[in-house]
Amino acid sequence: MKIHEYQARKLFRQYAIPVTDDILCQTVTEVEKAARDFNRMVVIKAQVLVGGRGKAGGVKLAKNVEEAVDAAKKIFGMDIKGCTVEKILVADAVEIQKEYYVGLTIDRNTKSVLFMASSEGGVEIEEVAKENPEAIYKIPIDPDLGMTDFLARKIAFKLFTDMNLVKQAVDIFKKLYKQFIETDASLLEINPLVITDGGKLIAIDGKINFDDNALYRQPAIEALNEPTEDERKELKAKESGLTYIRLDGNIGCMVNGAGLAMASMDVIKHYGGNPANFLDIGGSSNPQKVIDAMNLLLSDKNVKVIMINIFGGITRCDDVARGLVSALDVMKVDIPIVIRLSGTNAEEGLRIINDYNLPTVNSLSEAAQEAIRLASQVN
Amino acid sequence: MVRNNSDYIDQITQLTYEPINDNLKKLINQTNMSILVNKNTRLLVQGITGRDGSFHTSKMKEYGTNIVAGVSPGKGGQTVDGIPVFNSVEDAVKATGANTSIIFVPAPLAGDAIMEAGDAGVELVICISEGVPTLDMVKATTYLKKKGVKLIGANCPGLITPDEALVGILPGNIFKKGNVGLMSRSGTLTYLMVSLLTQNGLGQSTCVGIGGDPVAGLYYLELLQMFQDDPETEAIVLIGEIGGDAEERAAQYIKEHVTKPVVAFIAGQSAPPGKRMGHAGAIISSGSGTAEEKIAAFEAVGVPVARLPIEIPLLIKKALNIN
Repeated sequence: MKIHEYQARKLFRQYAIPVTDDILCQTVTEVEKAARDFNRMVVIKAQVLVGGRGKAGGVKLAKNVEEAVDAAKKIFGMDIKGCTVEKILVADAVEIQKEYYVGLTIDRNTKSVLFMASSEGGVEIEEVAKENPEAIYKIPIDPDLGMTDFLARKIAFKLFTDMNLVKQAVDIFKKLYKQFIETDASLLEINPLVITDGGKLIAIDGKINFDDNALYRQPAIEALNEPTEDERKELKAKESGLTYIRLDGNIGCMVNGAGLAMASMDVIKHYGGNPANFLDIGGSSNPQKVIDAMNLLLSDKNVKVIMINIFGGITRCDDVARGLVSALDVMKVDIPIVIRLSGTNAEEGLRIINDYNLPTVNSLSEAAQEAIRLASQVN
Repeated sequence: MVRNNSDYIDQITQLTYEPINDNLKKLINQTNMSILVNKNTRLLVQGITGRDGSFHTSKMKEYGTNIVAGVSPGKGGQTVDGIPVFNSVEDAVKATGANTSIIFVPAPLAGDAIMEAGDAGVELVICISEGVPTLDMVKATTYLKKKGVKLIGANCPGLITPDEALVGILPGNIFKKGNVGLMSRSGTLTYLMVSLLTQNGLGQSTCVGIGGDPVAGLYYLELLQMFQDDPETEAIVLIGEIGGDAEERAAQYIKEHVTKPVVAFIAGQSAPPGKRMGHAGAIISSGSGTAEEKIAAFEAVGVPVARLPIEIPLLIKKALNIN
């Protein structure tokens, strides 16, 4: 789960990490008032959940109220990579001596939380990682030790020589790690962390993602979620134990397991078809899930045919078959369905499906080709 | 039990201070082949009284896996399928000599269950539970490493050595004993690949589902080495997916350490960037972790990559010169 910059700033403040002052605005009038209240140079920042908003023109410096209003008029309603700007953050524009990058993430290879820091802040860190990887210091943190003073100091001395700055940095690094662990974050970045003219370290932008698997124990974090319309559908699916991602094709897919679901989409594409979605009905099976999945697929009007590909393991094919048959009993389905079942309890599943007079196919390739053929007939 | 053959060879050579001769080789070949699980596996099931735990316990038992104990706190003294249930893993290990544990507990409890198994002294832990918080896995993998205990998963289908031991939720009937080793980040995609292998007369030595989460136990590198050292394995199938750089690392490792033929498949060739495709690991972002990059990494080290699942058995046959 991702959150907006303004929300990340609030969380930083909760952990007493220094952040520039800001005011969140939803209208041009609010921006005007905020700029007047600051009565100095401010930054007008679009609040969207995608990167690259600076390049897209979503961040502007304003020397006075007029410039702030001007910028706000341009930025509200702006489309940045498919996200419409509905909120603007007006933030204090501090004098900057130098910019740094500080971040924490999960490292798959060391299986630990990785602390990253670089004196090349303010730019896309992915670019630095690609072009000048030595410029990023990386330290995996032992979960039993946490961010000890010496570790924090070790990193701070890589970035600063002035002891006053080192002390401030150590304090910030320890708080960031605490925040990462306590909130079940999966990515936590300050970019940039800057030295002001007054010799103070302060965050002027932040990005935080959270581990979806841990949201159940983070109600305060979950409450920060502002899903887009597509994401709302995906969340609703998740509540029913389904993972759904809408795509732009016309073949509705219902598959068990993420890998098989991806491979099913790949096979459809390979034969020239276009999947309408990724839909993983997950492990442990329960007939209600199949009913929910059918409802979800049918709610997408682009779907012209449904392809069901189940390989039973923990999911039992007879459960899926029963769910499908009871779904078809209660709902009107006027598009064709292509079904493939194999694995645990497949024989029983196929018997239920065939008793209901639904056709089944034997292989994934066959299913994909049949689905593509049926979809083209509808068009 | 379960030890990989290079450990075994090391041990024998250390004892005798002699190079391996033909007699020793014969001795090694008489011991159990395959990797991680076999006839000597003494399995305990954590969460044996739950819906999935009890269902798959009976499936594993039916397959012939030697299940010696179950654990369910508060239900010690009961039996499931004739298997004694204990309150703690420690009690179960002491009473039954279990050496491997499989975990079916709900995700919020899984990290703790893994550590309990590690603490009790089993050699291998397999965690099936899906949706375990990443930081719980960071803690659990660190602990198991300190204890010297191997972990597979979480969020994985487990593993099987056909005709010897099924430790997981894999449908046993699709497997056939043979010499192809298989490792995969996805459960159900593994089943599809295995059925294709079996239909084409290609049996398997051991098949391991390593799970789709960002922080997991044994991964490609460790398993590649085990299959490389296993005399029963003649070719290796690696099934990867988008996200992370584990496949790229595997490609590098194969180049440096693996002499047996390896063939690969990458799921998610058609996935849009930035979307989590069910597996927390399966996110393509910032231009890394795409299927194209992974395919290129494998092909650069001479590992052929199937574009369709159906091509996997063909590539294996080609690698083993089978018509």
